[in-house]
Amino acid sequence: MVLELYLDLLSQPCRAIYIFAKKNNIPFQMHTVELRKGEHLSDAFAQVNPMKKVPAMKDGGFTLCESVAILLYLAHKYKVPDHWYPQDLQARARVDEYLAWQHTTLRRSCLRTLWHKVMFPVFLGEQIRPEMLAATLADLDVNVQVLEDQFLQDKDFLVGPHISLADVVAITELMHPVGGGCPVFEGRPRLAAWYRRVEAAVGKDLFLEAHEVILKVRDCPPADPVIKQKLMPRVLTMIQ
Amino acid sequence: MGLELYLDLLSQPSRAVYIFAKKNGIPFQLRTVDLLKGQHLSEQFSQVNCLKKVPVLKDGSFVLTESTAILIYLSSKYQVADHWYPADLQARAQVHEYLGWHADNIRGTFGVLLWTKVLGPLIGVQVPEEKVERNRNSMVLALQRLEDKFLRDRAFIAGQQVTLADLMSLEELIQPVALGCNLFEGRPQLTAWRERVEAFLGAELCQEAHNPIMSVLGQAAKKTLPVPPPEAHASMMLRIARIP
Repeated sequence: MVLELYLDLLSQPCRAIYIFAKKNNIPFQMHTVELRKGEHLSDAFAQVNPMKKVPAMKDGGFTLCESVAILLYLAHKYKVPDHWYPQDLQARARVDEYLAWQHTTLRRSCLRTLWHKVMFPVFLGEQIRPEMLAATLADLDVNVQVLEDQFLQDKDFLVGPHISLADVVAITELMHPVGGGCPVFEGRPRLAAWYRRVEAAVGKDLFLEAHEVILKVRDCPPADPVIKQKLMPRVLTMIQ
Repeated sequence: MGLELYLDLLSQPSRAVYIFAKKNGIPFQLRTVDLLKGQHLSEQFSQVNCLKKVPVLKDGSFVLTESTAILIYLSSKYQVADHWYPADLQARAQVHEYLGWHADNIRGTFGVLLWTKVLGPLIGVQVPEEKVERNRNSMVLALQRLEDKFLRDRAFIAGQQVTLADLMSLEELIQPVALGCNLFEGRPQLTAWRERVEAFLGAELCQEAHNPIMSVLGQAAKKTLPVPPPEAHASMMLRIARIP
């Protein structure tokens, strides 16, 4: 029985899982679910995940959604090196703290930035008011500042001297606005140095492979009207 | 110095942490941080937590934020009964699956009514009716999903025993209930779940934890709530502006 992962590397949580599984040589069968074609809304995919969201995981008869849950499941089941999710009580709490914080802050900010800057105008053909985009970018700046000041501080990685799940989740989030053309690391030397350390720890080839789709996102063709109609309500809910 | 918990029971995540510590007999010093008085913005509290949010745990020199992280830390450190945060691989994964969904769909949605009915008016801000309506619809959708996807035909959200998931969920759902929105009405499955959770926690502890939020509407009507200081207005306006 093989582990099955349903992913689209356009999505930040999917990239985190992909990188983590590959880096740790966890064997899995990759099922690409093309979000821009609306494949996640198909009846076939609803059988896997009734929530119609990626990432989703199937391990034999066990189905799991939510990237943090999947990452922790994989870390536990495949007994990956301790630094990813340390046994030490306080170090582990730091990972948990970051994973909880990012859900309503950095993740939301990075997602909204990409959609307001690129996906709405380029993919869906919907213009975003300049004030809304400005507010979104200001919010991103605030959250990136918190990431740097409260989590990274002067450490090599977010929770200590080694890479953990927190770093993989954070870097894949930040690559969303990077793909959208925002100079996220400019003028932030500490963050830029952290980025280079994470990229090196993950492996440059794997890092680039995982981010190829998002780095080319500005080149994507406009959505077909039927697809657009199907995607629109979901997108509006997702970014609110 | 022992364990200190910085909380305001008006805050849903604070209540979850409070109930968990009390139910499990974890000794702690309660440090009340009055959000309405803007105490979370004070210099004194920002020494504890730069992010100026509750709940915060302080264990010696170790400071931890985020209710989920605090609950997991406490459950490990004090080795509470396994059912709260099961060691079993799949059972624990289901707790985390719920917690992830909760952060995206429950947190931030079920707390809005306090802002529209009490906190906004307290600083002279009226939230547009269309936002109130949209929020109501979001709550209905989320409750439906909570029942269909998570609860299903089980006794509790992540399985057959109370877990951290139930605690986080109940405290969030209590918020609109306290503000006059009876979201359990017409939902027998959800109602039965609530009764099971509250029975497990004990009526006395629930009443103790819920009393501040249950009183807030009455206090607002009688105008006996503290008036937030001017320095708190900016962050309150920001939160209100973010209501979709």
